[in-house]
Amino acid sequence: MSLLCFKNTHIAALAVCAALGSPLAADEIWVSNEKDDTVSVIDIETLEVVRTIDVGERPRGITFAKDYSVLYVCASDSDTVQVIDPDTGKVLHELPSGEDPEQFVLHPDNRHLYIANEDDAITTVVDTETRKVVAQIDVGIEPEGMAVSPDGKIAITTSETTNMAHWIDTETQKLFANTLVDSRPRHAEFLKDGKELWVSAEIGGTISVFDVETQTELAKIDFEVDGVHPDRVQPVGFELTAGDTHAFVALGPSNHVAVVNAETYEVEDYILVGRRVWHMDFNADRSLLFTTNGVSGDVTVIDVAAREAIKSIKVGRFPWGAAFRPTDS
Amino acid sequence: MRTATLALLTAGWAVAATAQDVTIGWIKVERDLPPTLSNLDPVPEDLGLAGVTTGIDDNATTGRFMGQTWELSEHNVWLGDDATEAARVALAETPFLVIDAPADVLLSIADLPEAANAILFNSGAGDARLRDTDCRANTLHTLPSTSMRTDALAQFFTTKRWDDLVMIAGGNPEDQDYAAAMEQSLTKFGMELSERKEWRFDADMRRNAAQEVPLFTQDFGDYDALIVADEFNDFGRYILYNTWEARPVVGSEGLSAQTWGPAVEQWGAAQLQSRFEDAHKRDMAPADYAAWAAVRVLGEAVTRTQSNDVATLRDYILGPDFELAGFKGRPLTFRDWNGQLRQPIPLLHPRALVANAPLEGFLHQTTELDTLGIDRPESNCTAFN
Repeated sequence: MSLLCFKNTHIAALAVCAALGSPLAADEIWVSNEKDDTVSVIDIETLEVVRTIDVGERPRGITFAKDYSVLYVCASDSDTVQVIDPDTGKVLHELPSGEDPEQFVLHPDNRHLYIANEDDAITTVVDTETRKVVAQIDVGIEPEGMAVSPDGKIAITTSETTNMAHWIDTETQKLFANTLVDSRPRHAEFLKDGKELWVSAEIGGTISVFDVETQTELAKIDFEVDGVHPDRVQPVGFELTAGDTHAFVALGPSNHVAVVNAETYEVEDYILVGRRVWHMDFNADRSLLFTTNGVSGDVTVIDVAAREAIKSIKVGRFPWGAAFRPTDS
Repeated sequence: MRTATLALLTAGWAVAATAQDVTIGWIKVERDLPPTLSNLDPVPEDLGLAGVTTGIDDNATTGRFMGQTWELSEHNVWLGDDATEAARVALAETPFLVIDAPADVLLSIADLPEAANAILFNSGAGDARLRDTDCRANTLHTLPSTSMRTDALAQFFTTKRWDDLVMIAGGNPEDQDYAAAMEQSLTKFGMELSERKEWRFDADMRRNAAQEVPLFTQDFGDYDALIVADEFNDFGRYILYNTWEARPVVGSEGLSAQTWGPAVEQWGAAQLQSRFEDAHKRDMAPADYAAWAAVRVLGEAVTRTQSNDVATLRDYILGPDFELAGFKGRPLTFRDWNGQLRQPIPLLHPRALVANAPLEGFLHQTTELDTLGIDRPESNCTAFN
């Protein structure tokens, strides 16, 4: 633990470490900057960027291993997934990812990455241990959104131009269903212990809610922001609060995040954030939410309970994805 | 899991049982293009067709999951050939045609008895009259009208406060149409030309533009921007940097309002651009985009309605639920009163996107996209009533 302390440049944190010998102070939010080829690391206590790490070209998807030992970054224009040591910021090695990896999801087995290859209409499954491609699955055009069910049995790819959610049986690595959603599906998440699948459609302006067992549509969530033309209300990334009670939904160029009641499927609030809000992640107790705002090049910090934006943090050019990293692990 | 998967597989195949096979007819009518001074920009032989094939590839990928197949039937009409005969042949194969033809030829096809229950997509004629007095109920326009493009520029002038404008117009009918549309757009947005000159040089400008153009533009005096109406890119390229006054050049050259261009990369457009370039080894041109959009409109309608019936598809396309993700930043829909595909118009120079019309502040009671081109109250189109 003390070793980790020395790697942290934060003076206050060091003091705490020295005094208590307790876990490192501040957790972090890691943000991929699509047009800067960097990752910005935000200290959750000071809400400042404490490190900027050089990565491959056009970094988009970003996620940590389940034990936070390594960071995975989709370096889209380098056609690779980079595996990065979060302590040193060094690239440890690269994984074969197929061409133009955009978004990915780590299987609950902490071993298999399911990667959307945007230019190739393929989902690639990579074994992060053997560093080999396990399977490539033909999906629709411009695959993007990726999700795996909590039990690990189903993986989802959404394809932006085909406008479908493709359901992959992770045992056979084959499609077992394809369901239409509205135009340009961008993001998918399993909710409520895997009972529901939510898929956002950017151009359609909706989130479709599916019953996972039957793959039938349970509900469709619409958004309406005062003073913004419906065309500009474009749901992209979304994340769930503790217990999956509410979803916070990035609405792209409307520059708002919606708060959706996950039981009633009703929108309860809209929060003004930076320009072209894209993806997001929470801190450890989900009291703070960090949204990436591509056009304004910043991250908005939202107080989840108050449903208010409390700060913007300047990061690199076109921040895309965000991933939480606890520093007490 | 095993049983569950089996059940789901059955469900998956159930979709395939309602299979649709769709053939798209592509009619390209050769035009007698005027010669141009420069040889820098040859017109690709597969202009338009390349957009159709990329669109069909897109539709077929989706079709794979829906049990739909997509095929192309290609019909080239050379100079002197009878376009209506080619259209009859095509209409015997399929009711869905994408047509790149001059306005008169398009109308002669649309008025064929065989076309009465067809859906024709105009991907090649920007004439305002096709969306106005000469509109046809069976004809939808995925190419923006010329006035949508000139309105986009006029909005830009307004935003920039460039209200002192001059114009040089070429002698081709297309140049004159563009110039007329431009003048109407200026009037629409409360501006007017302070002077207009006709380009009547017949010298080879590659050698002497530097001498001729300064003198030709000297008596414009002071102005904010110079509009060039030169739809075949004949002389316009020699105006830039050769004007007497150091002023921006806009219109057919310089800052240009186009349906599409290689500098469009936002809103996921980079993906369409790279798909197109991989397949055709060249940039996607406006005519390619309009043809691609036509095929995708039909693809979207077939996917959503799971039908290939003309009336069902037409109702859906013109109805409130239709929208196309066209890589232009917002959903594309049709004006159900004249068949024009609503779309943002990028303002481009060869290296970048400068702005995307409709520009901020140009409001409309239905959609800001309707600030571009002829609007419902002024339209004399009655075929859609």
